[in-house]
Amino acid sequence: MLLTNRSKNLYQEVILDHNKNPRNYREIEHPSHFAKGNNPLCGDKLDVYLIIDDKNVVTDVSFVGDGCAISKASASIMTTLVKDKTIDEVNKLFEGFHDMATGKIEPDEDPKLRRLRAFSGVKDLPARVKCATLAWHTLDAALKNQEIISTE
Amino acid sequence: MDTVSKDTISQKRETPGRILEIRRDFPILNRQVQDKPLVYLDNGASTQMPKQVMDTINAYHEFHHSNVHRGVHQLSQEATELYEGAREKLRAFIGAASTKEVVYTSGTTESINLVANSYGLANLKKGDKILISNMEHHANIVPWYMIAKKTGAEIVVIPILDDGSLDMDALSELMDNNVRILCVNHVSNALGTVNPVKEIAKMCRDYGVITVIDGAQAVGHFPIDVVDLGVDFYAFSGHKMHGPTGVGVLYGREELLAKMEPFMGGGDMILSVSFEKIIWNELPYKFEAGTPPIAQAIGLGAAVDYLNSLDREFLESYENDLLEYATEKLKSVPGLKLVGTAPGKISLNSFVIEGVHPHDIGTILDGEGVAVRTGQHCAEPVMDRFGIPATTRASMAFYNTFEEIDALTDALLKVTELFDVTD
Repeated sequence: MLLTNRSKNLYQEVILDHNKNPRNYREIEHPSHFAKGNNPLCGDKLDVYLIIDDKNVVTDVSFVGDGCAISKASASIMTTLVKDKTIDEVNKLFEGFHDMATGKIEPDEDPKLRRLRAFSGVKDLPARVKCATLAWHTLDAALKNQEIISTE
Repeated sequence: MDTVSKDTISQKRETPGRILEIRRDFPILNRQVQDKPLVYLDNGASTQMPKQVMDTINAYHEFHHSNVHRGVHQLSQEATELYEGAREKLRAFIGAASTKEVVYTSGTTESINLVANSYGLANLKKGDKILISNMEHHANIVPWYMIAKKTGAEIVVIPILDDGSLDMDALSELMDNNVRILCVNHVSNALGTVNPVKEIAKMCRDYGVITVIDGAQAVGHFPIDVVDLGVDFYAFSGHKMHGPTGVGVLYGREELLAKMEPFMGGGDMILSVSFEKIIWNELPYKFEAGTPPIAQAIGLGAAVDYLNSLDREFLESYENDLLEYATEKLKSVPGLKLVGTAPGKISLNSFVIEGVHPHDIGTILDGEGVAVRTGQHCAEPVMDRFGIPATTRASMAFYNTFEEIDALTDALLKVTELFDVTD
């Protein structure tokens, strides 16, 4: 089977794997921070749960929701990356990820983005950038205590 | 890996020469996408324009352009003649009795908003019911929701059956003396269902109910006769019948339009204006405030000429063959389930694939040059009815070929292989 390069770049093994077996896919009963993300254009919906301790460290994080492979894998990988990070570190990661997904920086420019490199393919697909960033925007909203956000 | 089995090869069909000839009228069909030949299967969203329509629009801009109904000069008269000539073509195209019943709008959405605001607002009150089918596009739901909120009228949903047909038994039961307006599409954009509009309109007349038909998805596929259908209002868009965007039509029975107040105020919709008294213009101009989409209307007239120049009976039967072929071919895709299988539907297949989100399907198909629509198709209640977040929709037009259906199927098999979908 020959797929075009663009599809191969986007649907890498790591994305397909996280889509099929999402990590931290569960509700947290008493989250300290929570937000609902919604991309009305696709109908993608996901909830992000966080427990942040008094030292501003993410001690637990999870998500549940429905969406495409890109949004689901992005959420799954995000949860694995932000765990045990401080809010400051999470914010920097979000910023770097956002710049990479929108093509402002190359993934190699920032070593922190190494594990997010699979998503750099969306920069050529404007309609799919929101799929990749939905989880991160929702996480950002949870940190800012906005309970419902929508990426349009 | 060879994803095409011997069985499917033996079923391959050849596209008739007449269709290949028609394809030459559509320059865009020759382009490449991602270095692959474009396979355009998003005709439900917008159909492509033939060269004849583009030439007419160009000629208008190069030679006749001016404002209509305003000048005594040559150009204005020519523009007016072309613009009104297109209206007459549209009148004949839908079988309306008079051009007074053919109102230019920006498209189906504005047409329905016009009826909702001009007719609905004046005639609805608390206790009245508006029947709306479960398969409507948001354009035939939201305007009524807004009017219901203002008037206190109640919206009642006409259910649909599992195959995507309208539940006619339920409709008969819902009919009562409090129903004032019934809104239904002629063809569902999400499911392809063709609704029995003539039968519905008859039922409505028996109860004195006004029918508002969204014909957007019908006009490009089969001939329409509003008088034979017996409907009160019929809305459609130019760009879904191989005309340009930005123009559409509201057909309304003259008797109803005559009693309605204008929807928008401005130039061209009045006979005289003073600060004491304004006299509305006659039909249909009463509903056409401001400078209209002149070039687009003339282009739509050219689209009517173009469709009339074709053997539409042949095209209809060819589209049926395409649908039958596509439906058969899609069976070879693991985990694929059609959404909307009503008998007699138009050439459109909406489907889901177990475990793969439509947007991933859409992106991968795009990589193969295949353009389809993915998402909720502006018909969220339909998605809710079938308990799915979204679908992928391949909507065909008469210029699509059997080979393009093969390309769609091959691209879908790549999707299911990538996502490891098995039956």
